[in-house]
Amino acid sequence: MTVTETQDVAARPIGDPVLEASGVTMRFGGLLAVNDVNLTVREGEIVGLIGPNGAGKTTFFNCLTGLYKPTSGQVRFSGTPLPPKPRAVVRAGMARTFQNIRLFANMTALENVMVGRYCRTSAGALTSVLHGPKFRREEAATRARAQELLEFVGLGRSTEHLARNMPYGDQRRLEIARALATDPKLILLDEPTAGMNPQETRQASDLIFKIRDSGLSVVVIEHDMRFIFNLCDRVLCLVQGSALIEGTPEEVQSDPRVIEAYIGTGEDDEDEGPQDDVPGGEV
Amino acid sequence: MTDFETPVDDLSEAPAVKPGKPIAWPLGLAGVALVIVGAFLSWSYDGQILNDLSVNFYPNGLQNLAIILAVLSLVLLLAEKGPLVKLGSWVDATLGLRALGLGLVLYMVLVLIAISIESDGLINVNPGGYVTLVGAALIAASAWMLPLHQLRDMSEARMPAWFEILSIAFLMAALLFTAAYTLAQDEAWPLILCLVFAGTAATALFRSGVMSFVGHAGQRHRKVLTLAAFAAAFLFPFTQNGDDTNMSIAGAVLVFSATAMGLNIVVGLAGLLDLGYIAFLGSGAYVAATLSTSAFATIGWKPPFLVVVLVGACVAATLGLIIGSPTLRVSGDYLAIVTLGFGEIFRFSMFNLDGNNGPNLTNGPNGIPGIPDLELFGFNFGTDHTIAGIDLTRNSNYYFLLLLLIGGVILAFSRLNNSRIGRGWVAIREDEKAAEAMGVNVFGLKLLAFAIGAFLAGMAGTVKAHQDGAVSPDQYIFLESAFLLAAIVLGGMGTIVGVLLGATILKVLPEKLRFFLEYRLLLFGLLLVLMMRFRPEGLVASRRRKLEFHEEDEALAVAVEEERLIAAEEAK
Ligand SMILES: Nc1ncnc2c1ncn2[C@@H]1O[C@H](COP(=O)(O)OP(=O)(O)OP(=O)(O)O)[C@@H](O)[C@H]1O
Ligand SMILES: [Mg+2]
Repeated sequence: MTVTETQDVAARPIGDPVLEASGVTMRFGGLLAVNDVNLTVREGEIVGLIGPNGAGKTTFFNCLTGLYKPTSGQVRFSGTPLPPKPRAVVRAGMARTFQNIRLFANMTALENVMVGRYCRTSAGALTSVLHGPKFRREEAATRARAQELLEFVGLGRSTEHLARNMPYGDQRRLEIARALATDPKLILLDEPTAGMNPQETRQASDLIFKIRDSGLSVVVIEHDMRFIFNLCDRVLCLVQGSALIEGTPEEVQSDPRVIEAYIGTGEDDEDEGPQDDVPGGEV
Repeated sequence: MTDFETPVDDLSEAPAVKPGKPIAWPLGLAGVALVIVGAFLSWSYDGQILNDLSVNFYPNGLQNLAIILAVLSLVLLLAEKGPLVKLGSWVDATLGLRALGLGLVLYMVLVLIAISIESDGLINVNPGGYVTLVGAALIAASAWMLPLHQLRDMSEARMPAWFEILSIAFLMAALLFTAAYTLAQDEAWPLILCLVFAGTAATALFRSGVMSFVGHAGQRHRKVLTLAAFAAAFLFPFTQNGDDTNMSIAGAVLVFSATAMGLNIVVGLAGLLDLGYIAFLGSGAYVAATLSTSAFATIGWKPPFLVVVLVGACVAATLGLIIGSPTLRVSGDYLAIVTLGFGEIFRFSMFNLDGNNGPNLTNGPNGIPGIPDLELFGFNFGTDHTIAGIDLTRNSNYYFLLLLLIGGVILAFSRLNNSRIGRGWVAIREDEKAAEAMGVNVFGLKLLAFAIGAFLAGMAGTVKAHQDGAVSPDQYIFLESAFLLAAIVLGGMGTIVGVLLGATILKVLPEKLRFFLEYRLLLFGLLLVLMMRFRPEGLVASRRRKLEFHEEDEALAVAVEEERLIAAEEAK
């Protein structure tokens, strides 16, 4: 924690493991979408997850967060096994965003983030109807925290906008704020810069560093290689459901198999090194 | 200042600006004069029909309504040009006048038709009727020749607080008066004409933007608005002076509204389609009946009524949990089918628990008649009372009790809506998967919505049993569930005012317009189809839903956004 981006990557103290996924496998009928993938994420680490389209990155996220029940494999969080139930996962401290933005379209930005506070608050139906001082205190705290998070991601001025009316980039940031509202220790970002222009992408980078600096671990899926290699401490590359290579950005960047997986053709391209936007950056 | 002159291109861009003809204004004034003069003359030769419109210089009921519409037109005309011109920059006189003119013409045409049908032919129409019709036509014609303006945004309109509060109170009083007056009409034609009057006046108020002003004022003085609405509802029995039929309708409306408000949680907030909801009202009513001191009651335990309310509500909530726990895991259409089935199972159970099959709880098809009137704290609901010289009948007593109940239901609804629980419901409605991934207890909250909705309906049911004096299975047919749903859709899902309005319309119209009882279903079907086509968000849309259905409307989107921002500013 509290490591700043200016420090050398190698000099970072390694924290305790937050997430330990071992042997995660997800099978859809005949399709092996995720095949025996292991991933360990430590405190204060930013881990990148790359791979060509259909490699199983999103499916892997779904397995981690309990949206899918993995065919086999185990996910441990802060040392304890996680049941594949979204609610238990969020409570344990793992939150996520979606590749195709899934905000509550007809709620305001503030309300969206307040929904994220759901699992950290406790007012029940009766308490709400009675509207006692305890309820009002909790409600005010929820509102204040949501406002604070919106300011954190740079949306402090859009709190009353309906999510559906917000610009695309803002919607992505709002999703991050909503995820942060669950007080996670680890946040999973599924293509947070998809569809963004270079300036917005830079802002997203800064935001992710800021999140890491506030003590969280981050796993991020991206197709934008410059973004990934600049951001991450470690990168895992998935190809057709299996882990191809895991290592520092430099190691992954210079691995011929990665380039091959992305470009799909053989030896000729090997020594060129990956270009940032080689892998179809469309989605 | 220059601010007002510079945005010339703004004006030219806006489609709503159109120059008028100079003759329009005097024409309108002439129309108003003619309507008023005509209303003072006799309309009909026959004094027996339409509450007697045959006397010259003595305007009667229906003629007074025409005069009121004419006066409203006059005010709008004077806002267009004349002493009230300041008002004209806020209020859209032209659109309001169009509504008034059209409405008046329709009104007068119906009057003439009524006269010629009720007594033989148009020959019975006296000159006054024609004069008024011509006046109405002139107002309509002038309204179409008046210029269309670019108006200032009503949300910026600020008046002294006393004025805003007064206008809220005035609106409520007008509502109370119109409701009382309309309900006092026992014959079909006057009733229809009253409805046309009310519709015209309401449309004019909406189109001219007066309603929008009251709406904004209401937002600034929320408490006043609520209080005024309840005061108006509270005063309603005093306008009836012993007329028990109307009070019985009013009581039925309140029961229906309270139930609809409960269903509003399930459908409007949590987005779960429940087609068997009437069963929860029924279970409350049956609990109250079996625990009452009726000779036909089947259970020996006779607890005080407040306990009965609680038991009835809890039984309904338990049923809600029982039906909900296996079915809420399925979604959408399946849930609708299962709840539909549940509604029928409830009815058949009540039908068959007559001692022949299983225990005798419900007396089967005969139901439980002879449920005695309530007695709370020594106050007997069956007897009449006189307050300030005004008779308050048995049904008025129940009306007051039900008013208390619905007040509680509304309070519960609005507080839940603005709480963690309510946000969870709306999140589920918006995107169930995302809600789940954010740690919302989806299944639990759905179940809770079911249970709370059932609880509220069960509460209403216990009062209903005593108010009706009897329960029987055929009161709880599927059609009732469908009407509850229709009230919500018609009024505006997830809103309070809308659902109250929808429930009132759907309950009052068939009661008063008995003659179209046969066509009731046809007409409601038609009404719903028309609503879905032209106003899918319901009569009173929560602003959000308006956006949902009219996405292409950019101006609306911007207006809604700005309104929200202003509201947020004020909240700080
Ligand atoms: N629910 C499902 N049922 C069946 N097959 C699925 C399901 N979800 C994903 N798949 C398949 O699993 C494979 C991996 O998909 P996934 O969405 O995880 O890829 P991805 O790495 O996220 O790709 P992209 O970069 O395009 O987002 C794909 O072939 C996809 O068709
Ligand atoms: Mg994906």
